[in-house]
Amino acid sequence: MNPELGNFALALACCLAAGQAILPLIGANRRDARLMALAPALAVGQMLALATSFACLIHAAITNDFSVQNVAANSAVSKPLLYKITGVWGNHEGSVLLWALILSICGGAVALFGRNLPSALQARVIAVLGGVAAGFELFCLTTSNPFARVWPAPLDGQGMNPLLQDPGLAFHPPILYTGYVGFAVPFAFAIAALIEGRVDAAWGRWVRPWAVAAWCFLTCGIAMGSWWSYYVLGWGGYWFWDPVENASLIPWLTGTALVHSAIVVEKREALKIWTVLLAIGTFSFSLSGTFLVRSGILNSVHAFANDPARGVFILGLLAVVIGGSLLLFAIRAPQLTTGGLFAPMSREGLLVLNNILLCSICAVVLTGTMYPPFMSLLFGKTISVGKPFFDATTIPLAIPLMVFMGFGPMVPWKRAQMWPVLRRLWWAACVSLLALVVATFRMRDILPVLATATAVWVICSSVADIVERLRLFRQSPAQSWQRARGLPRAVFGAALAHAGVGITVLGIAGMSQAAHRIVEVHVGQSEMLAGDSWTLTEVHPAQGPNYTALVATIEVRHDGRLITTLHPSKRTFASQHQTTTEVAIHTNLMADIYGVLGDRHGSDADPTYVLRLHYNPLAPWMWLGGLIMAFGGALSLSDRRVRVGAPRRAKAADMVAAR
Amino acid sequence: MNDTSLPPSPTRRRLLMAAPLVVAGGAGVAFWRMLSGMSRGSFDPHDIHAPALNRPVPDFALPDQAPGTGFSAQDLRALKTPVLVNYFASWCIPCVAEMPVLNVLKDRLPIWGIAYKDKPEHALGFVQRAGNPYARIAADRDGLTAIDWGVSGVPETFLIGPGGVIRWHTASPITESMIANTIMPLADSLKS
Repeated sequence: MNPELGNFALALACCLAAGQAILPLIGANRRDARLMALAPALAVGQMLALATSFACLIHAAITNDFSVQNVAANSAVSKPLLYKITGVWGNHEGSVLLWALILSICGGAVALFGRNLPSALQARVIAVLGGVAAGFELFCLTTSNPFARVWPAPLDGQGMNPLLQDPGLAFHPPILYTGYVGFAVPFAFAIAALIEGRVDAAWGRWVRPWAVAAWCFLTCGIAMGSWWSYYVLGWGGYWFWDPVENASLIPWLTGTALVHSAIVVEKREALKIWTVLLAIGTFSFSLSGTFLVRSGILNSVHAFANDPARGVFILGLLAVVIGGSLLLFAIRAPQLTTGGLFAPMSREGLLVLNNILLCSICAVVLTGTMYPPFMSLLFGKTISVGKPFFDATTIPLAIPLMVFMGFGPMVPWKRAQMWPVLRRLWWAACVSLLALVVATFRMRDILPVLATATAVWVICSSVADIVERLRLFRQSPAQSWQRARGLPRAVFGAALAHAGVGITVLGIAGMSQAAHRIVEVHVGQSEMLAGDSWTLTEVHPAQGPNYTALVATIEVRHDGRLITTLHPSKRTFASQHQTTTEVAIHTNLMADIYGVLGDRHGSDADPTYVLRLHYNPLAPWMWLGGLIMAFGGALSLSDRRVRVGAPRRAKAADMVAAR
Repeated sequence: MNDTSLPPSPTRRRLLMAAPLVVAGGAGVAFWRMLSGMSRGSFDPHDIHAPALNRPVPDFALPDQAPGTGFSAQDLRALKTPVLVNYFASWCIPCVAEMPVLNVLKDRLPIWGIAYKDKPEHALGFVQRAGNPYARIAADRDGLTAIDWGVSGVPETFLIGPGGVIRWHTASPITESMIANTIMPLADSLKS
């Protein structure tokens, strides 16, 4: 009964979305207040219908309703409850439903939080979101229905891929999808602006919080995904330049550019057409990434169930959404008024530079990702584009980006002098030079050295920015505290986010110095790595809820003092005939000690075990930096100016910020 | 970015604004051809190497990579027993993961390594740390030989039968079950 209810709710949501796409648009064109007022109601209705549908699917998974094909294929009675719930979005059908649910929540959020928007703009934004949602819900209903029944129903399900049975991955998709789908809101704002034919400072102010929110989620999602591959795949790596990973990095890069260019629209009414294009582009890349992954065009180590038939539907959907929006852009954008000229040495000049560099990195990653399938299509040749290509092309672009990032927040709008900026940053420059010298002695390659120095530069200049604004050390602490309270939170948010980038890059530079060894040892034998002595003290079997395991105990000592005891294990899942390795990681925040238990060799009387030992300096910083970036974004979202959305009230705070 | 430059003429402006549409349209057509090729079977990104299968290895001659000696297509074609040719790189993390398995396999089947797009000193360090499973090691510094072999990334492994014919290949790290179920049965059948 419940799955049918879910299916009905999904169909209802699709109908509501279709209404949401059409009626408010007509209303906005005819200036019909009643039709426009339908938009928020339909958006909330669609959200409720989809939430019901999703709840029905979760209910079916919890109650082990194996007559539902999706549950039978991905769940099992023995699966722990948490994974029964999270397993709902661990497969294709469920994840499409989750995608649609998040999109409808975005629509609902615009309906609820966008009440201070002009009613025509709000109606159009909600209508565009409705159109995209209708397409995805139709896709869900026709080609990947999660509620399809199977008869006769099996007694037990086939279980879940053991690799996915992990708390990190359980919450990774919802956060990543929220990031992807969240960019639908700036996209809808861009389309609405193109239909209206007007982009102004107010538009920039309205669109920015949505872009920042989506950016925060996407940042968190990418960091979590990278962390997952670090500790679940057990290869000791954190980023493989895999197509699936690149598919999330590309919208992140353009999204980051969007977050910055929208500031220029808001403050200077310039870069308007470019910002509209970025908003369209970011969501288009999010959508295409999903399409490429699901259709199987890109060859990835992250195996998904591929189906060209689904690919055709998504490609059609993409053609309508992306093709339609770019067509609208081609027709309408030339009529938009362009902004004035501005000096290269100014805040907006540096923001333009930021956009150029970010988009260049994006173009490089896009080329590297799409080159193999295009070469294979056009010339029938196979080409490999691996880590050497991406490292050689992205890092030289990222380093100048970070150098300018340090200056950016210090430089005033309109026209700036170089000298006063440099005077405020002299100590940050000195510290970075010191870092450069130290790193040159500690590291062999040039790129990690440069990355370390620029990362230190970004962190120091972010601190310098706050110190300067608070006039710390030049005024009494009480006066500085007073200034701190007057400063908009967005300033702290930006400084935090920039420092987060620096911390992530420091982590990446540290990881380039990682050491590893593969050893085959008897129980009781010791091996040395990175100045520590690793001893395998014992290996014993263990029993889990739906697997059997072999657990090793490794003692890591430094100068005879016990640092940590690691328990890496190897799990065998009987129902899927699959084994997974459970990595053991000990971190002291400056380095990870990372142990993996490999195969067992030799006779039963005298077995030996293969161990993989890694010493990863600064590894936790990569994800910590990602979290700090996202927190910085969230902090700037909590800024009073954003919440109130009223430019007049923010005047006083602006004056403090501009100094 | 045209806001920053002088306003272009109306026609140029229109053309500029239509450029994203044209690019997206081109990509769309290409994707559609890939998809239709996939359903016909003429385009398969996951099995692009099928043409190389059951054919002699392409011509190549690669220099030494310390601590091993290099080899050429002639060396492989002169063989009477099967060998495993394994592309690896020090920057490739899955390669690290498959090394323990290769170290066990080397006593049952000779493994020849090709260091792919790698600096000689990095590859040497990698092989020494990993316990050197390779009987011979060649260096493919610019990755051109790998293109002829149809290698799409590392690690990638080929089973070469007598006479230098490619009998089997995989583009993922070697696992114990792969050795037990596929590689050794195939290698044993090629020996007799």
